[in-house]
Amino acid sequence: MSRRKLPEVDAGSMADIAFLLLIFFLVTTTMDSDEGILRQLPPPVPEDQDIPDVKQRNVYVVLVNAQDRLLVEDEPMDIENLKDGAKEFLIANGVFRDLGDKENFPIRTWVRRSDVQEKIDEYETYIANAEDDTQRDNYRKALEKWQDKMTAIEIAGEYKELPGSALISMQNDKGTTYDTYIQVQNELESAVNELRDELSMRLFGITYNQLEEKAKSTESGSEWEKRLYAVRTVHPQRISEAEPRNVGSY
Amino acid sequence: MAKFKNKEKKEVGAVSTASLPDIVFMLLFFFMVVTVMREQELKVKIERPYASELTRLEKKHLVDYINIGPPMSPEVYGTEPRMQLDDDFATVEDIPAWIEQNREKVLEQEVPKMTTSLKVDEGTKMGIISAVKQKLRESNALKINYSTRKRDRTE
Repeated sequence: MSRRKLPEVDAGSMADIAFLLLIFFLVTTTMDSDEGILRQLPPPVPEDQDIPDVKQRNVYVVLVNAQDRLLVEDEPMDIENLKDGAKEFLIANGVFRDLGDKENFPIRTWVRRSDVQEKIDEYETYIANAEDDTQRDNYRKALEKWQDKMTAIEIAGEYKELPGSALISMQNDKGTTYDTYIQVQNELESAVNELRDELSMRLFGITYNQLEEKAKSTESGSEWEKRLYAVRTVHPQRISEAEPRNVGSY
Repeated sequence: MAKFKNKEKKEVGAVSTASLPDIVFMLLFFFMVVTVMREQELKVKIERPYASELTRLEKKHLVDYINIGPPMSPEVYGTEPRMQLDDDFATVEDIPAWIEQNREKVLEQEVPKMTTSLKVDEGTKMGIISAVKQKLRESNALKINYSTRKRDRTE
């Protein structure tokens, strides 16, 4: 008896089928990766809470009205000049050198190695003598701040820091266009990023973005991550999402 | 006979297409893997603004979208910007419940990392956006992202 061979299936149309599927997926694919400006909203405040007094020279006030015009520190300003204005506010009184005291800008104070070391020692003893865990955690958080400053000094040298209350505050009107709002936010952020860029270029020869990438690609606690935190400590991002209110809706 | 054989050998054979399916399959698998089926149908028109200082959002399952813009069909819904959550139009009052609902979908320890991405048309007035932000604060969803398109930094 002769064995009947099974006929071989023709695979020639395989390519056609695959092509058909391929085209289907090509069409339905949406490679939308979302990117944008990240912001942290302030936590809700109870209504009866007092708003803390902040020195006027420590706040850079940007108001945008319903006609999308800017009023910066009580002067009208074009959006093209906003970045330079914000940069001046942040570094007017020097970061690494004494430039004298410019009025109406926040007073930067020196962060000295010996002072920071003293604070670190102080908090370490607090932690050792803490009574309960919550207290210990609080001390630990404070200690971390000082340790960050120490890292910054080790990497960038002694620097002058912004007072804790210094911030850029933006307020908009209900009628402000979203596009203008984003452009203003973007300019303020780029002011900080350019300062970080300058510092990063000077110290490591790479831009701040590259520094971020490097820190991300290495494991936590690495040298690059320390460098990133050092740059962030010297030039902190202080843009506040202010309470919405109507500014000059005329 | 030998002459004939020599002549036949000179012809160049056709290029084999046997590996074509393999190549196509490879592409197919690539696109199958990267394909994300559109999760929601947009009912509002959104032209996002341009900005230069961008952060890329990672961990997509921790991102929820609020869409705000003029409706696609103005003859039915008018031209005033409306807000869309998931598949339907919604009002600002719906946000806390929506946030709560989204939180239930992720692991508890990941809740603080959740981000709300605002996809807003560039022509929208800030009134509605401020209201949305206030509601987000009330429901303690503090991480937000203003979704934008990329442009170069201004000189």
